[in-house]
Amino acid sequence: MTVHSFQAHFDDLIDREVTIEPKDWMPDDYRKTLIRQISQHAHSEIVGMLPEGNWITRAPTLRRKAVLLAKVQDEAGHGLYLYSAAETLGVSRDELYDQLHSGKAKYSSIFNYPTLTWADMGAIGWLVDGAAIMNQVPLCRTSYGPYARAMVRVCKEESFHQRQGFEIMLTLSKGTEIQKKMAQDSFNRWWWPSLMMFGPPDAESPHTAQSVRWRIKRLTNDELRQKFVDVTVEQAKVLDLEMPDKEIKWNEERGHYDSGPINWDEFWNVVKGNGPCNKQRLETRKRAWEEGQWVRDAATAHAEKWKARKAKGAVAA
Amino acid sequence: MNPNSTPDSYRDPIPNSTMELLTYTLQLADNALIIGHRISEWCGHGPVLEQDIALTNTSLDHLGRARSLYQYAAEQFNKLPVEKKTEIFSSVALQNLVSTAVQVQEDDLAYLRDGWDFKNVLLLEQPNIDWAYTIARSFFYDAFNFLLFSGLLKSKDETLSAIAEKSLKEVTYHLRWSSEWVIRLGDGTEESHSRMQKAIDELWMFTGELFVADDTEKVMAQQGIGIDPLSLQDAWMAIVKSVFGEANINIPAGAWMQQGGKEGRHTEQLGYILAELQFMQRAYPGMEW
Amino acid sequence: MEEQKINKNEWPLWEVFIRSKAGLDHKHAGSLHAADAQMAMENARDVYTRRMEGVSIWVVESKYIHASDPAEAESLYDPANDKIYRHPTFYNLPDEVKYM
Repeated sequence: MTVHSFQAHFDDLIDREVTIEPKDWMPDDYRKTLIRQISQHAHSEIVGMLPEGNWITRAPTLRRKAVLLAKVQDEAGHGLYLYSAAETLGVSRDELYDQLHSGKAKYSSIFNYPTLTWADMGAIGWLVDGAAIMNQVPLCRTSYGPYARAMVRVCKEESFHQRQGFEIMLTLSKGTEIQKKMAQDSFNRWWWPSLMMFGPPDAESPHTAQSVRWRIKRLTNDELRQKFVDVTVEQAKVLDLEMPDKEIKWNEERGHYDSGPINWDEFWNVVKGNGPCNKQRLETRKRAWEEGQWVRDAATAHAEKWKARKAKGAVAA
Repeated sequence: MNPNSTPDSYRDPIPNSTMELLTYTLQLADNALIIGHRISEWCGHGPVLEQDIALTNTSLDHLGRARSLYQYAAEQFNKLPVEKKTEIFSSVALQNLVSTAVQVQEDDLAYLRDGWDFKNVLLLEQPNIDWAYTIARSFFYDAFNFLLFSGLLKSKDETLSAIAEKSLKEVTYHLRWSSEWVIRLGDGTEESHSRMQKAIDELWMFTGELFVADDTEKVMAQQGIGIDPLSLQDAWMAIVKSVFGEANINIPAGAWMQQGGKEGRHTEQLGYILAELQFMQRAYPGMEW
Repeated sequence: MEEQKINKNEWPLWEVFIRSKAGLDHKHAGSLHAADAQMAMENARDVYTRRMEGVSIWVVESKYIHASDPAEAESLYDPANDKIYRHPTFYNLPDEVKYM
């Protein structure tokens, strides 16, 4: 087959919504876009462990502590599934780490915000995981098989994350005055960054059309953001919390909530590294990786020695 | 805790055995909580994603066991006559709770007791430092735990024996995991070998306390409820020697052992652990979370 | 699996197969890195069976898996299309025949 016919075959599979698998021919752009998107997502999972990880040692009850720990651990698992999916595209996890540590690769900017109170564990679960789920559910049917399968697993596990977050918020909002204040303060701080999680407005998002065709993306940034606003306003009512955006208003004609302007200047600055925690998060990840080098080397060395001994018949199989 | 020290014991012997059981259960619970807490500090900082996940599983096992034990300890505590309740734990927070006559819960025992009322052994509160220290600390404790819960299966106390049955499955895996890592690090590279040996050398002085029975452990062992830890020492040493042999690690020469944890006399480490662990409950008392 | 750029220091990649309950086949669950088979087995337990997903695990180093070439799919799989006589529904039996 010529490149042209390979391309035609690929396009045909995409149009018929047939899943692309690792050994199938795929255009370079498709491979690159996938590696970028999957690894960004993977990086977000493991950097995302840090803001919540902050509160594992301070969780207010043993039950909350166990749940939070299990949740942050799930994020490690999600990172792992996604790195594995990226690896099927011919890139190693170590290379992807290098890209993260050198600042070449991005991760979700939301994790560059600090977790200041226990209520942030609630707000992150409710809003950040809520937004993530909205982004992720359509990806369970994305065109690349390993990615889609990883996302199915992620989404299955993710559903408890948002629920536990909402439960924390509900407990706080039904609690004492100070607890309610904690919940509202946290909602105020996480609301706008959560909206920014869906990415820049469609008009400024160059990859959207191609990505939608490839089913790497299934709904546009603005569509997803609107969906998120609509459901969250209703959930905030259940929590009896005030919307941080005073311009939120039901629009009968559109059948959606209208909302106030997002500070995209802040968004781009945080993306560029000027968020409150960018440096700290990256340093923490780098330190864990560098300080783990001797451990990984030790395991490799031991495995090799063991193999050599076994070959010599010195140890039983 | 002398059974003859209060006139109550003459009329009603139950509170005294309840006291012993409470103290014993708390000791088991505190060990589980403190090691679980320490290991949980690794979450997000492990040397490789797979091991980050593995270590968190272990932490969750310990915390799960801590919860079952605190629940059981709370049951014992709530059975005590009120004058006993006010006598046992001196923290203001717990005193306040007792004075309102509400039943204490698992969290009250974990979050409202002061350091001197914690009964965990000193080994478990030692900091993570690096992977080798973490592995050494776990290995010493896992080997002990494996033997302890094997014994507690036969406890005359049904709750403890049920907890032991569940724990033994978990601990069997913990011991396998930490033994393998002792061997990997000991046998791996020059650097990992020297780090492993150093961690073993420095933590060794905290291992003796595991086997020194305090009064509670003696009474509980006599009643067939608990285990005299001294009876586990030979088997523990055999596990250690066998793993160290494969790991090419030497048993430290030093014979001086630290102790005090079981009586509530801790290292400086515990204060910092509790400052974080108990922060929310102490800063915002009496709230639901 | 495709030969990947091997980082000398990176632990090898393993494929994990899990039997979700007694009587079922092992099914591919995902992959992970581990220094040796023992660790791969334990990592698989810790990563892929946290929610009681399994009762038995197989791990195999990814480099030992041979996969068919999708370009040959037609010659490999299409010839089976006309062998409908391999399926029980191909045969017409009178309704009176039971248990067959």
